Parts: sequence; C-alpha cells; structure tokens
Amino acid sequence: MTTATITARGLVKRYGQVEALRGLDLEVPQGTVLALLGPNGAGKTTAVRILTTLLRPDGGSASVAGADVLHAPEEVRRRIGLSGQSAAVDENLTGAENLEMIGRLYGFRRRRAVDRARELLAGFDLADAGDRPAKTYSGGMHRRLDLACALVAEPPVVVLDEPTTGLDPRSRLQMWEVIQGLVRAGTTLLLTTQYLEEADRLADDIVVIDHGRAIAQGTADQLKAQVGGERIELVIADAADRPAARAALAAVAAGDEVHHGSTERSLSVAVREGARSLRVVLDRLEADGVAVLDVGLRRPTLDDVFLTLTGRTAEEEAEPAGGTASRDGRGRHAQERDAVPARPDVTPEVTR
Amino acid sequence: MSTLTRTVADTQVVAKRNLIKIVRVPEILVAVLISPIMFVLLFAYVFGGAIDPGEGVSYREFLIPGIFAQTVVFGATFTGAGIAEDMQKGIIDRFRSLPMSQSAVLAGRTLSDVVYNVLSLAIMALTGLVVGWRVRGSLLDAAAAFALLLVFAYAVSWIMALVGVLVPSVEVINNASFIVIMPLTFVSNAFVPLESFPSALRVFVEWNPVSTLTQACRELFGNTNPAAAASDAWSMQNPALYTLICVALILVVFAPLAIARYRQTSR
Repeated sequence: MTTATITARGLVKRYGQVEALRGLDLEVPQGTVLALLGPNGAGKTTAVRILTTLLRPDGGSASVAGADVLHAPEEVRRRIGLSGQSAAVDENLTGAENLEMIGRLYGFRRRRAVDRARELLAGFDLADAGDRPAKTYSGGMHRRLDLACALVAEPPVVVLDEPTTGLDPRSRLQMWEVIQGLVRAGTTLLLTTQYLEEADRLADDIVVIDHGRAIAQGTADQLKAQVGGERIELVIADAADRPAARAALAAVAAGDEVHHGSTERSLSVAVREGARSLRVVLDRLEADGVAVLDVGLRRPTLDDVFLTLTGRTAEEEAEPAGGTASRDGRGRHAQERDAVPARPDVTPEVTR
Repeated sequence: MSTLTRTVADTQVVAKRNLIKIVRVPEILVAVLISPIMFVLLFAYVFGGAIDPGEGVSYREFLIPGIFAQTVVFGATFTGAGIAEDMQKGIIDRFRSLPMSQSAVLAGRTLSDVVYNVLSLAIMALTGLVVGWRVRGSLLDAAAAFALLLVFAYAVSWIMALVGVLVPSVEVINNASFIVIMPLTFVSNAFVPLESFPSALRVFVEWNPVSTLTQACRELFGNTNPAAAASDAWSMQNPALYTLICVALILVVFAPLAIARYRQTSR
C-alpha cells in the first residue's frame, strides 16, 4: 500500500503571464482515491493534463504507475484511462463504435475490441443505446460513455476531470455509483471536482487547490472539522425565544460558538453528528415550547471550505482581500443563506 | 508490434472513423457527390463556348482532366478542415492519451480523404462521359492517370494537414486554402491553354504541378491537342515524372512537419 501510483513534485505551468500551477505536489497511493477540489481556474485541469501527458509542465516532475510523465509518456498512456469534462467521444460514431475504436487503438484484436465494447455498454447501462450515434445521447449517457472509453483497457490508474459537472442530480448519482464500483475494484483514482460533496463521497483524501497551489489536504472529515462540519440553521418564530434556542443549539455545538443570522430570529451552529444533532435540537425546542419557523441541516460546501481557508468564497475570485475579509465574508454568506433557508427534506444525503 | 505495423493499424482505425462520418452526416455526402458534378457542368456549359483551346480538340475533352486536377486539389481543404475540427474537440485529447501511434491521427485523415477522392473522381468521370468526354488512350493509361491524380491529391492533403494543425479553425482554413488553391489551380493549364497566359506567368504555369498533373492526365487519357504547340519546359515535356517528383518533395517536407507540429500542439 506504500507504492505511490501517482506522484507529482513541484509542478509548474505558465501560460504567458498567468501561472496556472505554482508548485503543486500530489501523492495518490495505490488503490486510493484523491480528489483535487477547487473552483474554476484553480489549476485542476492543468494538473490533470500534465499527469495524463497531454501537456508538458514548465517545472517539476511526475510519475504515474511507475512511469515518468516527461520521459516515458507512452508508458504512462498505457497505464491510465482519462475521462474529461468535455466528453471526448466521437459524436458521429455509435457508442459501440467509439469503444471498439479505442480498443483497436490499444492494440486489441477486432474480436476482443467488439467483446469489450459490449461488456462496457452493458456495465454502463448503455446496452440499448449502443448502436445509436453518440450525438443522440443525453448528457449523462455521454459522460458514462466517456468514462467507459477510459476503461477499455482496464487501466490501473484512472483520471477523471470533473466527471459530474453540468449533470442533473439523477445522472450525478448514477455516475457516482459507477465510480464507486471502480474504486471497489481497486482502481487508483484521481478526480477533480468543484463539489465538496462529491469529494466527500468518493475520495479517501482531498487536496484543496487555489491559484495553482495546494492550500489544504486531508480526509473529508478532517477538512470538514476545519470548516466546522455540518451546520444547523434555525429560524424561530418569536425573537423572545432566542435564549432558549441558543441554549438548544449550544448543547450540540461542535465547538464553534452559535452564530447569529441576519435577523433576530435566525441562528446557526456547526454540529458533529448531523441528523442526530438536528433531532436533539428539535426535541429540545419542542420540549421548551419554542416555535420553529424553519430549520435545516446544511453540509459544508466548497464555498465554506474556501471561506475558511482563504477568507473568500470560491466565486469571488477578484475580491480584494482586506484584513477583515474572513469575518465579512462569513457575515455576508450567512445572510445569503438565510434568504433561502435549507430545508431538511431537500438537503442531500445527511449521513454517510 | 513494430512501430510501423502499429502506425499502419492505427491509421486504418482512424481512417475508418473518418469514413463513418461521411456516411453519418448526409451533408458531407451530398457535397462529395454534387460539387464534382457541378464543376464539370459549369465549366463544360458556361465556359465551354467562350474558351477555345485550339483546333482539333473539343473544349470539353481538354477541360475534363483539368477539372479532375482542380477538384482533387480543392478536396484537400477537406483534410485541413477535418483536422482543424478534430483539434477543437475533446476527441483529440482522447487520442493523445492513448498509447497509439500519434502520427496515425493525421495519417488516418489523409488516408480517408483518398477514399473521398476516389468517390469524387468516379462521379466526375461519369459526368464527363455524359457530356462527351472520352478516354482515347488505353485503359491502363487511364488507370495510371487516375492513380496520378490520387497520389497528387494525397500529397496536397498533407500540406493541408499541416495547415489544419496550425490553424485550428474550420472557417479560417476554408478561407486560407482558397488563397493558396485558387491561384494554383487557375494559374495553370487546367482551364485555358498555356499559350493564353502572358509570358511573365508562363514560367509559373509551366512549373506549376497542377499544370503538369493536368498535362500528364491529358496525355494518358488521350485528350491532348496535337495541333497545339507543346511547351519546351522540361516539366511539361515530362509531366508525369515531374508531378511525381513534386509529390515526393511535398510528402518529405510536409508530412514530418505536420506530425511534429501535431505532437507539440496541445489544445
């Protein structure tokens, strides 16, 4: 388990004046999943392109499955499968033809390429669509076909660049199941994502990157602990109940103090036990006779991670960072949240 | 597998992929079928009476080999546009991330365009026969003429392959290739007799490979004008040989350039 399947050291890539990567280090041990989490333009795709030999770095070194990315790109290509955010399938070919073509380009004999294509189509719920041109596929089908293309030669290392960006929730869930199947089969996986939830669900280890550099690394739990984990957000009907509500929230707080929202009646707190904490709070409020207008459990998002680590949200790229950016950011963020309170029934998957 | 076997195998796979597209996108097929017919009819009937190639030969007979040459050269634009289109798409990342022969992406394209040219030559020949063109030499010579046309077109498509890699925009390619291909095909003997050019242009016309290709085809099809004075230039005296030399030069220069450029470029 100590053999690093993907290793990158000090990767640097410049595009003119812009430094897309400024010394990125990565380590993905064999059979594990690393998520590269960051907003648009953080350098995720650049890192992926270097590791898959599509791009030469200006500095640093990398090896994939024992092959050097710079000196043995052909060997690297033999051992990786790449599935990108812009689905790289031929629109005019059918699903089967796409997969057969790739099999042939891996050097398979025709028979084997055809068999493998059928096998993958069946495995990716595309058997019925296999003989239709890919241009007739839905977004989710496209992504599944693209991922299937990456797996034709059963590579020990798979790199997924934002596998679910732009997909509807149902297709996303389906995609996650497919990826989890891969992980169970022991594939080493590097995936980039903008969604903390996705990283949380799929990855053993997460590297948060911003402006071409890793700014945090850890398991999802470690990162969330840093961010403050899940938060209960509560809006009470009567401002007079505020002390009681505050006490109820404080009892389940994960350490952070109870925050005040934009109004007298809204409060929030970071909790450790998610749904259980929520139930404890609701029971106590019920017992104390506190009328609840709205309550929700919200999982930390990439925004929260960013806010904590950089003092700005992922979207506010050009925000000038003042000395009070962090506090201001949190306050503003809390207001936005209160405007559209999260509801328990729409909060995606509370427990793991 | 040796590198060469690998390249040949991968080239075939990529070529097959390109050919499937011709079948799946009807607009392309229509263009392949219609434009050669249009060229033959246009020149035969619109200019047919206005241009007199000299006594003893009908303009149509004189014209058809020129149209063959012009159309296959124009067809190379298709190669450039196809490569430019691929370069803009994610599929090129897929190809680059595979342990395949990287030159196969371009070689496959130029190969599939040979098939495209075979189709368009067949259609032009049939249209030509309908409007009065005849093969007056042996069938073997005629086959040699078609082979020469295909080989020359293959070489030109490597020029356009380089352009396609350098200028990854289909629109720009179409315009840029016009700038190069129009003068090459029109400042040649493809449509008008050599004698009609001013002397300053004549040297260019005589050494323009489109002229020698046309001349070679006329000789092989038996469509030359015995009454017209033959050019003294070596290229026009040995048109097939000169054309083949040009083909070799183009391939030696442009194929490696295009492949090297393809390897370096990333989207």
